[in-house]
Formats: sequence, C-alpha cells, structure tokens
Amino acid sequence: MANYNTHVLVCGGTGCISAESDLIIENIEKQLVEEGMADSVQVLKTGCFGFCEKGPIVKILPDNTFYVQVTPDDATELVKEHIVKGRKVERLLFTDPETKEKVSDSKNMDFYKKQLRIALRNCGIIDPDKIEDYIARDGYSALGKVLTEMTQDELIDIMKASGLRGRGGGGFPTGLKWNFAKGYASDQKYVICNADEGDPGAFMDRSILEGDPHSIVEAMAINGYAIGATIGKVYIRAEYPLAIKRLEKAIDDAREYGLLGEDIMGTGFNFDIDLTYGAGAFVCGEETALIHSMEGERGEPTTKPPFPAESGYWGKPTNVNNVETFANVPVIILKGADWFASIGSEKSKGTKVFALAGKINNVGLIEVPMGTTLREVIYDIGGGIKDGKKFKSVQTGGPSGGCLTAKDLDTPIDYDNLIAKGSMMGSGGMIVMDEDDCMVSVAKFYLQFTEEESCGKCTPCRVGTKRLSELLELITEGKGEMKHLDELKHLSRVIKDTALCGLGQTAPNPVLSTMEAFADEYLAHIKDGKCPAGQCKNLLEYKVLEDKCIGCTACARVCPVNCISGEVKKLHVIDQSACIKCGACMDKCKFDAIIKQ
Amino acid sequence: MSDIKLTIDGKVVSVPMGSTVLEAARKVDVHIPTLCHLDLHDTKMVNQAASCRICVVEIDGRRNLAPSCATPALDGMVIKTNTIRVLDARKTVLELLLSDHPKECLTCAKSGECELQGLAESFGVREINITGKAQSTYRKDVTTSLIRDMDKCVMCRRCETMCNKVQTVGALSAINRGFEAVVSAAFDLPMGETVCTHCGQCVAVCPTGALTENDATWKVVEALADPEKVVVVQTAPAVRVAIGEEFGQDPGTTVTGQMVTALRNLGFDHVFDTDFAADLTILEEGTELLQRLGKFLAGEKEALPILTSCCPAWVNFIESQFPELIHIPSTAKSPQQMFGSIAKSYYADILDIPREKMVVVSIMPCLAKKYEASREEFAVNGNSDVDLVLSTRELANLIQRSNMNLMDLEKSEFDQPMGASTGAAVIFGTTGGVIEAAVRTAYEVHTGKELPKIDFEELRGFEGVRVAGVDMDGFMLNIGIAHGLGNARALLEEVRDGNPRNIHAIEVMACPGGCIGGAGQPFHHGDGSILKKRQSAIYQVDREMPIRKSHENPAITELYEKYLGKPCGHLSHQLLHTEYAVKDKV
Repeated sequence: MANYNTHVLVCGGTGCISAESDLIIENIEKQLVEEGMADSVQVLKTGCFGFCEKGPIVKILPDNTFYVQVTPDDATELVKEHIVKGRKVERLLFTDPETKEKVSDSKNMDFYKKQLRIALRNCGIIDPDKIEDYIARDGYSALGKVLTEMTQDELIDIMKASGLRGRGGGGFPTGLKWNFAKGYASDQKYVICNADEGDPGAFMDRSILEGDPHSIVEAMAINGYAIGATIGKVYIRAEYPLAIKRLEKAIDDAREYGLLGEDIMGTGFNFDIDLTYGAGAFVCGEETALIHSMEGERGEPTTKPPFPAESGYWGKPTNVNNVETFANVPVIILKGADWFASIGSEKSKGTKVFALAGKINNVGLIEVPMGTTLREVIYDIGGGIKDGKKFKSVQTGGPSGGCLTAKDLDTPIDYDNLIAKGSMMGSGGMIVMDEDDCMVSVAKFYLQFTEEESCGKCTPCRVGTKRLSELLELITEGKGEMKHLDELKHLSRVIKDTALCGLGQTAPNPVLSTMEAFADEYLAHIKDGKCPAGQCKNLLEYKVLEDKCIGCTACARVCPVNCISGEVKKLHVIDQSACIKCGACMDKCKFDAIIKQ
Repeated sequence: MSDIKLTIDGKVVSVPMGSTVLEAARKVDVHIPTLCHLDLHDTKMVNQAASCRICVVEIDGRRNLAPSCATPALDGMVIKTNTIRVLDARKTVLELLLSDHPKECLTCAKSGECELQGLAESFGVREINITGKAQSTYRKDVTTSLIRDMDKCVMCRRCETMCNKVQTVGALSAINRGFEAVVSAAFDLPMGETVCTHCGQCVAVCPTGALTENDATWKVVEALADPEKVVVVQTAPAVRVAIGEEFGQDPGTTVTGQMVTALRNLGFDHVFDTDFAADLTILEEGTELLQRLGKFLAGEKEALPILTSCCPAWVNFIESQFPELIHIPSTAKSPQQMFGSIAKSYYADILDIPREKMVVVSIMPCLAKKYEASREEFAVNGNSDVDLVLSTRELANLIQRSNMNLMDLEKSEFDQPMGASTGAAVIFGTTGGVIEAAVRTAYEVHTGKELPKIDFEELRGFEGVRVAGVDMDGFMLNIGIAHGLGNARALLEEVRDGNPRNIHAIEVMACPGGCIGGAGQPFHHGDGSILKKRQSAIYQVDREMPIRKSHENPAITELYEKYLGKPCGHLSHQLLHTEYAVKDKV
C-alpha cells in the first residue's frame, strides 16, 4: 500500500472542471509517474474551494500551499518545482491586492481568514467520490452515535437546542420541523432533501453535493431516524449532472458499507435514499410544489396547512429540508448543540454559506458565522468592489429578497436583521452592485425572473407580477409617470398579502426595497428622464463633444446603423433619432470625444 | 367530530372540526364572494384550488390574508371579512383578472351567467385601474360539442378538477408557466383529438365564457325558415324538468306542455318526444338483455354483464379508456339516434318525403349529443339521422329570442305517432332510470307475469355507485348503476377485475345525477340541490303517466307491427343498432 507524504488537492467543482481541472490532474499524475513519485504523492479531486474567482485551485499538503488560476500547462512545473525540489512556484501564488505580496498559505488569505466552514467543512479537502475519505473525517459517526445512543426525542432536543434554522430561505427552526413530522403517526413517512437550488447565481447546495455528498446522505438518515421515516428522497435539479453523479455514487457506496438500506450498522434501523430529478422550475423549491412535482403532478404549490409534516409526499408525514441545512446536522451531533449555538448571533445560530457574485473582486462561495457584517463579507472576504468603483447595493435573498445599501454595511447578517431591513436571507445569494447598476433595472430583472418562474396558479402572482414588471418597463423606457409609483406600491402590497405561496408573497420585495432605498433614482427616471447609472438605453444620449472631436471618422465607421455624420477633420454629429445606443462609437473614440449622458 | 368556535365579523359560530372558514362564514350568513371555489356536495366535485384569491379574509395573528375556501377553521380564530384591507385586496385581485380578460361581454355566450361579470358588478368596478399591455391570446378550440376560448380562462381550474378528479377522463390540465399558464389538453392538442368524451361537464362548471357549448340556434332558425324543409323536433326527458329554471321557475318544475307549445310556435312542423324512442330503446336493449341472459344461463358466462349505451359520453369513455371491455355494451343506439333513424325512414315514408327533405332537431340536456349526432355511422349517404342538436339552455334562449315567455304559454300535447311515450321512458333522464325502465319490461317478458310493483326503489338514489339485486321470479339479476365517469370507472374496473359481485347489467350516465345534471342544462352555479329537485320531478312525471312500461306503448307496438317486425330483428339491427371501435387517444 502506498504511503503518501504529500497530497495534491485539485478542485473538482463544476467551475474549475470547466476550466480544465481534469486535465490538470491528468498532467500532474503523468509527471509524478515520470518523477517516480506516484506512490508517495496522492492527487485528489476535491469539491469546491469557494475561491472561484481565482480557479482552478490546486492546494498542496502538508504545507498548505494554495495555487490559483492553474492551467494544465503549469502541472509539470508544479511537480518539478514544488514537489520534487520543495520550491514554491511564486507566479502561481495568490497576490494580496492590498500589500501586493504573495500569500502561500490559504489561512493567511483575507478570503479565508474570516470564514468558518461548517457546512463546507469537507469541501476542498476530501475526494467526494471516496467514502473512506468521508469516514476518515468522522463521517457516519454521527449516524452511529444517534442510532446507538439516542432516542428520537433526545436527537430532536439536540437539534432544537442547536438553534439550527432552515437554510433554504424560510429560516424555520429545524428541530421544531422534525418534531412536527415525528408527531404525526403513519405507516410510512418520508425525508426529502430539497436540492432544487434556483436563485440566480446561487450554487451553495451544488457545491456541497459535489464536494461532500456523504454529509447529506448521513444527515438524511439521521433525520429519518428522528421522525420515523425509512425512505429518503432527494429532489435535485437535472441541471446538476456532477452533483447527481457524486450523490448517486455516495448513496451506492453507503449502501455497500451498510450505512444505508436494511438494518443499518446492525441497529435494526432501515433507511434508503433515491433521487428525483427536477426540470428546472424555480417554484419547485417551494416544498408543496416540490412534493407535487415528485408525485408526477404539475409542480405548483398548494395552500398550507396542511403542512408536509402532516400530509406531504403521497399524503404521508414528510420532512423537507434543504441541502445546506442537512450539511450542518452531522457536525451538530458530534460537537454538540452548545458548540453550534455558541456560533452566530442571538437568534441565528451557526454559519451561512453565501454565493458572492456581481461587481466584487473575489467572486465565490463563502461560509461565515451568522452575525458577520456585510462590510466584512464584501470588503474583507470579497476584496471590495471591482475596478475601484463605488459600492452601491447588495442584493440578498435572490428574487425574494431586497437590496441593501451602504448604510446597511455594518448590519450583522442574520435572518431577523435582513428581514428588518426589507430583505431576507434566502438561500444565500449575494449579488453586489456598483455605481454603474441602475436599481430600477435591477428590480425589473428580478420581477421578470419571478414573472417567468411563477407557476401561474394564483391571480396575484400570475397577473400581478406581469403588471409590476410592465410598470417597471415603462419607467426604464422613460415612459414612467408619478402615478406609476403609487401603483407599484399598491400592487406590491396586495400581491404580498394575497399570493398563494412564498414565491408570490415575496416577489414584490425587490421593487419595494429599491423604491425605499433608491427613491431618487426612480424619480430621476420619471421626472428628469435620466438614468443616473447610465443603464437605461431609452434615457441615454451619446453626444460628440465639439472641443474634443478631431474628425477622425472612426466613430462613423464603427456605427452599425450609420447614424453618425461628419466630414474628415470636422465635427461629427450623432443622429439621435436613429441611434440605437449601442455605445460602439464611445468605445472606439480615442479622444474621449463621445460621452454618454 | 368535535365542534370548534370562531368569531367572524363579530359573530360567534360553531362548526365541526374540518370545516373551512368559508363554510363557517356561510353558517352565520356572511357571504364571502368566491370565484374558483366550487363544492357540489352530492358529487365528488370539490374545487379547492384557492387560486383566484377573491375569497381572502383577515385572520387575527396571521401575517397575510387567508383564502377562506381552503383555510381550515380553528378554535378561537377571529376573522374579519370586510375590512378595507380585505376589500381593497379583493378588488385589486379582481382588477388583475379583468386586466387580462377580453372586454367582450356584449358578444360573450356567458354574458348574464358569468361569475366574473357578476363579481365585477357586485364590486362596483366602473373602470379597471390596472392595465397592462399583455393580454393572453390562445387559439380558439372548437369541437362539435364545445368551444374553448382560453382568453377568457381565469385559471380557476374547476374544469380540470371535473375532468380529472370527478370524471377521471384526464383530458385537461394546466400547461405553461406564469402569465402564459392556461388549462389545455396534453401537448396543447385540439380537444377533438384527445380522450375528451364531450361530456361537457367542464362547461357546466366554468365560471366564465372560456368553455361554452357550440351553439346551433341560428342553424335551427335557418332550417325553420327554409320552406323546402320539414323540420321535426324531439325533446329528451330531462329537458322538461329543467328548462323552466331559465324562465324563473323553481328547480324541479315540470313544463312539458308549455315547451311543446313553444316548439310548435317556433315553427317546428312536428313536435315529437325522445321518450318515444326511449321506449323503443327498451324494447331493443331489453330484448338484447334477455337474449344475453339466456346465453348466460345456458353457461356462456361472458354473455353478461351488459352495459347500457344511451349516454354518448359514456360510449366515448369506454371506447378510449376500456378497450378490453369494448364488447360488453349493448349494441342498441341511444334514444336520440333511434329517433333520428326512425324519423328519417319510417316517418319520412309516412310523410312520403325523401330523408334529405327532413331536418331532425334534438333538444338535449347534453353536449355530447351534439358529438353523437355527428358520428359518421349515424348517417346515410352523408345525411345525418339527427341534423342539429340544441341544449336545454339553447332552446330557452331561442324561445326568449322569439319573444315568448314559456310560462305564459298554453300547454299542449306532442304530435303523434312519435310523441307517444310511457313513464318508463321519462325516467331515462335520471341516474338509475334506464335500467329501471329496462327491468320493468324485461321482468314481464322474462317471467310472463305482471310486475307486482312498478317502482324499483332499490335502483333509485344519488349514491355514485349503487348495486342492487332484482328478483326476476327466482333469478336474482344483479344490477350496477354509476353516474359520473369517475364512479363508472370504479365500477368498470371492478367488473374487469373479476366481477366479484356478479353484476349482470350496468347502467352508466356520464354526468352527475344522470341527464338531469347534463352539461346542456341550466347552470347550477354550484347549487347541487337543484339536481335532486329535477330528479324528484322526473319520478313525479313517471307516476302521473297512464302507461308506465315501454312494451305497453301502443305507438311502439304499431311501429313493430307496421314496419320493424320484431325487436332485434333484421330491420332493427340495420336501423337501431351500432358497433363500437377502440379509440387510441391521449
């Protein structure tokens, strides 16, 4: 048997794979064979490291060297220099944007310093396809502990005491949810893992499933024991092929090891898991819609009550939790409710994974303790705004959330604070916007999303979101009137009050929060006919500055609709009635003679 | 179940556990408006989609408004149904619906009967404040029976519940997402290419003009105005106990005489009765029953059960859903088709006119009859036995259009010979009636004895599936009855899977309550008690008839003597029997 003294961890997340991390592994392995070191160096394809901005990531243990933006061509050098000669490859190390110094240990990188990885504890560390790796990191010992040492009530008490709340968006206390499902007697109960992650830009659940699938398998079995269910189902997006593949492998391996199936660990407890694929409907993340979809019905929600805990899958008591929620469960069992409850804020315990996206330097997946401020996330971990621009807003909670502004930067992030600020935690999407983003357009983007993703069942969502997005369209087209603002507010209020499910009830949040925080921007669109961020094409004008134009004709030649006229060495003029506001002229002009206003 | 107490608009109400807030409110006369909700208590039709959000109410301690139709009443709830927050929300939701609804009430078939129009009226909507560019546009789908104009769909999903849950036909379901969502057939196929049975119950429950019958009234007017044509009309039994409702009469009022006068006034040359053909059906179907019973008793066990075949939606259902049982229905045509066939042969001969000169019009409680009349096998050289079919509603409309009030008219009698009928024929209009009529005749023919008691109470009722034994002088004939296609499916599956109750004869009617609940009848608007009143009226008409057994109808006897020969004879087979074909559809 090989006795490895060095481990090369290569990110096998979807992002890094698309940047050829598979080829990096192949090349490293080839080189290792050439160097005769294949028996002493192990190459592992791990889950996502989170620092997607700088992917593909290669990390070498034991010295914890963190290489960024590695290409397949770098493999030979990495092996020859780092592994054979023990010299770090400087050019592939991360450069601190502040100090401009190279940082080799990821522990010293700002991106990781303030993170605390609980749900992502194994991502980027183990090979998700190897059950032995998971077991070596205490995997399945929580399940063993539960099955051999705890009653159902003791287990649920631990979950309650931990303060864990649903990570899918609702924030409902997990222990309480389990207790409800346990409370209903039935010949059959079900555990469902909601892996229908659908917020734009969100990939928390995907990363966990790709990087640490066994944690979900284990947690579902624990949940099954808690509520008396023997069947677990994962509702997973068909658009997550890698997650599906790894999860299926994990389930097969767990079954082979006697950790799923009949008489688990000889305790007499039976539990097995299978997968149902979702077809990519956002609303199927809503638990009743999800259940209907699993039953082969149209994926649309029904009124609660009855809650799934009482009447869920095929009318049986069912507990539905999201992937990230489940990922926390085994650690809570092993380290205790007190440990978990010591992390986070008063009413929001533990950590939260966020998908950082937008105009931020360090795009990626992060996990921070609840109560971390937005400023810490955006500036310390996220490395601040791209291209030195000014921070304008951060959108949390996906299409159901709202936009927070600079004055909210020092707000500790937790469920209740975000709701108090007119947004919500959601599943953890965090999109950062800078001064170039038009907030009316942002609201319109989200409304168009919910309008398309509405199942069309209830009137307020089916027609109401359409009318809201039409109103926003009018405003961004420069056809807005003051009365439209009242109409937006009124309609938003009624939709929140009357829509059938969470999707509809929260759909107006992006409108209301932007109207509140960026009222002046709405007014500028309506009253002045201007888009302050310069995004709304209909409100823009490209103009040639008389004192700067030298008459080089470059702009006229690049204009796709030939609306720029002027003779050589004379002032050029843009015909506003024909201009399509593509901006090609402004990009082309070497003399800054064309401005957008 | 234990009772719970709650307060609605200050009134304390006590209801059984499991009641909805809406039910509790109605108990204390708080009439919360609804749109998508529909509960026909005696059938399985309960639509609780909670999709329209018109019935929302404010519940103390709840963050948002609750749909009263689908919210369980809980002990101690304090509910307000008429605060400004509630009223404004309802009006806004209504305006959202109207913003995506065609404003063509003037030409809409449902005008005056439309529940959306009713809401707009009661809410005092004088202008629609919510406007939007987008307006739903879907292809209009026209079949022989019904028209789907989904631009007028409000996504209440009643039709879907009816088609899938009650009738178990499965032709309709929601497709598309968001603003484009609409109820349609699989792959958005035209209804005519699906398993749709044409039962029309979707039309019966549609609150708006999205689903309506394919109106034939103007075609009838044209036929009546054509001097070259002899226009003959037949009226089904269930029409006479329902059409009065369209003229302000209480449900269950029988207006046969006035209806006959109205038809004559409209210009029909001969006003006949489908009941005549119903008696004829009994002779044919009853004879077939006895023939098959004889084979059965002789050891040919597959000769029974026999299924009635009067209901065209039912025939469609078995053709598409139970191919393995396609051989068991009676081959007898329905009364409508028997009438058409006899009118254009026997009666055309009497009048000495070619069949092409005759126009046969049916007045039916049914929309599937429109489809049935158009089936190719019910025509001679392309000339249909029945040319035009009007629903009860369409006839009422035609009478009103012709400046008559049905209730002002003198009563008169049907013309002869095809207007003569018995009490056995009129009960064809209700669930259990066809089989009771058949048994009245079959008993006497089989046993050679007179029936001790004409009323077979054991075959009557409103239960979805009923099984009863009839003593045929020693032999116990087991009879199964189902109304509503979902109930029929259950009964048929039982028969297919071994027939444990040894059922020998089965009657099925596709609509709730039978033809009295047909899709062409005056709209019940969710009041299921109307069907029971029509049923009582049918039995009342039967009791008052001088002759109550089909084989005693003298006009039928004459028909056999002068023309047909004997039941199930050669000419009968040619004119009065048909065959079925398996339909492989989605």
